[in-house]
Amino acid sequence: MSSGTELTSNSYLQHHLQNLVLGQLPEGYPRVDGELDAATWTFALNPQEVMDMGFWSLNVDSMSWSIFLGVLFCFFFHRVAKKSNSGAPTGFANLVEMIIEFVNKNVNDIMTVKNPLIGPLALTIFVWITLMNTMDIIPVDVFPEIMKLATGNPLAFHKIVPTADPNITFGMSIGVFILIIYYSIKMKGVGGFVGELALQPFGKYMIPFNLILEGVGLIAKPVSLALRLFGNIYAGELIFLLIATLIGSALPFFIGSIFGGMLQFVWAVFHILIILLQAFVFMMLTIVYMAMAHEHH
Amino acid sequence: MNFNATLIGQLIAFAVFVWFTMKFVWPLLLSQMEERETRIADGLAAAEQGQKDFAEAQEKSTAEINKGKEQAANIISQAQKRHDEIVEEAKDDAKAEVARIKESALSEIEQEKEKARQELRSQVAALAVSGAEQILMREVDQNAHNEVLAKISQQL
Repeated sequence: MSSGTELTSNSYLQHHLQNLVLGQLPEGYPRVDGELDAATWTFALNPQEVMDMGFWSLNVDSMSWSIFLGVLFCFFFHRVAKKSNSGAPTGFANLVEMIIEFVNKNVNDIMTVKNPLIGPLALTIFVWITLMNTMDIIPVDVFPEIMKLATGNPLAFHKIVPTADPNITFGMSIGVFILIIYYSIKMKGVGGFVGELALQPFGKYMIPFNLILEGVGLIAKPVSLALRLFGNIYAGELIFLLIATLIGSALPFFIGSIFGGMLQFVWAVFHILIILLQAFVFMMLTIVYMAMAHEHH
Repeated sequence: MNFNATLIGQLIAFAVFVWFTMKFVWPLLLSQMEERETRIADGLAAAEQGQKDFAEAQEKSTAEINKGKEQAANIISQAQKRHDEIVEEAKDDAKAEVARIKESALSEIEQEKEKARQELRSQVAALAVSGAEQILMREVDQNAHNEVLAKISQQL
């Protein structure tokens, strides 16, 4: 029976790590309920379909949770900003101002050049990523079960942690990358930027070598930003899932539920640290990269 | 990891949220926080100034109280002195009055004594005459003996 259990937990993991993908399947595509008559926009039912949908498909769950949390952030911060005055702040405004002060202090410490974009950028990154990471705390089965009830399909996918989706983390890090290049060129000119890539660190006789070295360094910035966040949150999510499968369902029902629940709680407490730390690291590195883009070497 | 259009969606959402924050959240909150900072600094400075003023006023009031106390002590001692003087004066006055009253009483007594003596004198003369009359059992010529009688009464 051990192979049976393994299969179950394996498919459980796969199911919980699969995004809800909306994409177009081509005509004549073989699905579980027969071949398609025409090219159709539909939700993928298994990883193979996701692969076959290609680039022009959308992770509906990641995207909607991400936008929902971003709107939540904007709404609450804007409300506080509108209501607040120079008098004593109360309640939620205290938290908001504490965060702003924290972000502003970091920005001012690192940036030597004043740029009105960096503060809002860092604030958005920090709060938004914190919110997205926090979705990890919600028990892993809640939304899949809701989806099951809502759609009647026991295999309906729903992954609520946007930052456990590399599309989301790369989306943000590419945004940061675009800003790095934009400000590098704006502050140093095209020549300055290219010169920085080509003439360092070994002078003009080693231009190809310099280009490779600096090019890799430049590309590594967004890649490491995105992968670090994705890896941490994905791993955290995976551990929640592993606790749920290996402990929760492998032991007899009562013991498994209680012991598994306790372990989930303990891991959730540890995970709070990762949630905040990863948001902080993403923010700090963004500020550092921005500062580097503004400075002449 | 399979990438799809979510990447672009997230990129756009990111840009929109950063723009929103830059436009409607960050400057508003930051300016208010800076304003508050200056207000708090001003308030603290004012409080310090107030405390200084208060300490000064307290010192001043203590000095005033001390001065007042000194003055009051002065006044009391002056009053004491004056009181003693008045008492002394009154004593002197009383003594003088006593002396005066005593003197007038003495002189009155003297007068009364003189008056009584005069009266006695006149009566002694009559008594002596009547006594002599009775002793002699005869009429004595009053005019003849007036000189003697006057001499006698003069001796009284």
